[in-house]
Amino acid sequence: MLFVSIEIDVKGVSKSYGKTKVLQGINLQIQPGQIYGLIGPSGSGKTTLVKLIVGIDSADEGQVEVFGKSMPNLELLQDIGYMAQADALYLELTGYENLAFFASLYPMKKTELTKRIAYAAELVKLTGELKKKVAAYSGGMKRRLSLAIALVHDPKILILDEPTVGIDPELRLSIWNELMHLKNEHQKTILITTHVMDEAEKCDIVAMVRSGALLKSGSPADLKAAYGVRQLEEVFLQAGREQP
Amino acid sequence: MRIQALVKRIIRQMLRDKRTLALLFFAPLIVLTLMYFFFNGNGNDPVIGVVGADERLAVLLEEREIQFERFEAADPQTVIEEELDGLLDVENSSLKLTLLNDDPSVARSILVQINQALLMQNAAAGGNALALETEYIYGSEDTEFFDVLSPVLIGFFVFFFVFLISGIGLLKERTSGTLERLMATPIRRWELVAAYLAGYGLFAIIQTVIVVSFSVLVLDVVLVGSIWHVILTNLLLALVALSLGTLLSSFASSEFQMVQFIPVVVIPQIFFAGIFPVDGMVDWLQGIGRIMPIYYAADALKSVMYKGQGLADISGDLLALGVFAIVFIGLNIVALKKHRKL
Repeated sequence: MLFVSIEIDVKGVSKSYGKTKVLQGINLQIQPGQIYGLIGPSGSGKTTLVKLIVGIDSADEGQVEVFGKSMPNLELLQDIGYMAQADALYLELTGYENLAFFASLYPMKKTELTKRIAYAAELVKLTGELKKKVAAYSGGMKRRLSLAIALVHDPKILILDEPTVGIDPELRLSIWNELMHLKNEHQKTILITTHVMDEAEKCDIVAMVRSGALLKSGSPADLKAAYGVRQLEEVFLQAGREQP
Repeated sequence: MRIQALVKRIIRQMLRDKRTLALLFFAPLIVLTLMYFFFNGNGNDPVIGVVGADERLAVLLEEREIQFERFEAADPQTVIEEELDGLLDVENSSLKLTLLNDDPSVARSILVQINQALLMQNAAAGGNALALETEYIYGSEDTEFFDVLSPVLIGFFVFFFVFLISGIGLLKERTSGTLERLMATPIRRWELVAAYLAGYGLFAIIQTVIVVSFSVLVLDVVLVGSIWHVILTNLLLALVALSLGTLLSSFASSEFQMVQFIPVVVIPQIFFAGIFPVDGMVDWLQGIGRIMPIYYAADALKSVMYKGQGLADISGDLLALGVFAIVFIGLNIVALKKHRKL
């Protein structure tokens, strides 16, 4: 049997807020260099799962391991780039100041920092807007800046919570091209949540989440073949019906 | 390095928010000035009764613009019935001044004016000095409302504005999701708390210096002791306010809820700050006073500004403030566990 390394390992994780069970018994493994898509409707528990993986929330049961170490782990956080679902930005500051602030929380030399900021800004096509205050940004620009912040310290793992919401189709395409580039050229591991089916198609592995449970996971082609359907959406619907 | 980045960001954000800066730095001055005029309002010129003064003294009193009415004989009851502010009784070489003292600032200004008039007369008389004996109908010579009140007010405003602004600052970080976002970086919880103390502390220092200087230099508040001791006390109090503000912000989910802490946490402290006599309260109420940071700050500020005491006399108060700050800072670091266990 071939040895398969696992970068992110979620083992039997459950989480409740008060009496509401948000996640129950989630198991998933993400291999290095994969784009792993969590797909599901809003309220299905995707964001909670992502937060547990980043370590900014703790599980009631089970545990999350990244590079074989359990989260939260301050050293591991240097290797993770996180983009939250809500734009967590300082509105009074300019785009550049936001980028520079988050970048300076990581150990980086000044020359490298400047280079990384320029690179991340260029990637999301915000170079010309960096001097503006974030309060004056459009929704799409804020999403792009959040993505740039997630990338700025050159992390091995990218965890992106609904990164393309509110972004126009052309830019969405270019962001996906860039994610593919990061995966292929820089061997980044990317965990992405989405509720758009055509984005799920682009993932190496798709995991379908509904009501806090993982319905099915596998490559889009395998899933479609297993259910004998042509659309990923139909897999999702049928898998949902199998649930009690 | 990380703390430095956070401090820099906090300062930047504060500088962009001009209205908050104005609130922090100038609102205390406006309120203090209002209080100053409120308590020191000289609506009417004081009028005193005079018994048996010679022409020379009368002229001196007129020169100093003291209004007076002559009486053949008078006692304290006359002062009350005739609605006078005081009574100067000259018998042979002894002078007796009875002050109504219903308004300490009026009583003080009469005393100052008459003392100056007597000084001039004594100088003219050459050696044959007249002694002035002073009596008060209400209160005593210690009563000086704004003098007593101002150290308390200075402390209170420093506490209030630093509490509110630092609390809302961290709250904004919480509600905007940036605090959670920060927790996804390798920052440590204590680094975050330290940065908040340093960043907002800087503005608290500026505020303290502005408020104290304005009170002493412009409003001419009595300052017998050292201004450095006043600033030191206020800085410690600001640190307490800062750490308490950020701590309580973790129990608020909106700015409005933060404001709701004012009647619960801030207002009760005024009652124990020495504006009302704490010694007259029942024991259990005095006990509550002991857990209020402003109680200690007000005591220290009054000791320095009004009584002119030194560092040794207020060290107990300063120590208490320091303990409050350390406890609140520790609780802050623990409270952040809500966001990340590490």
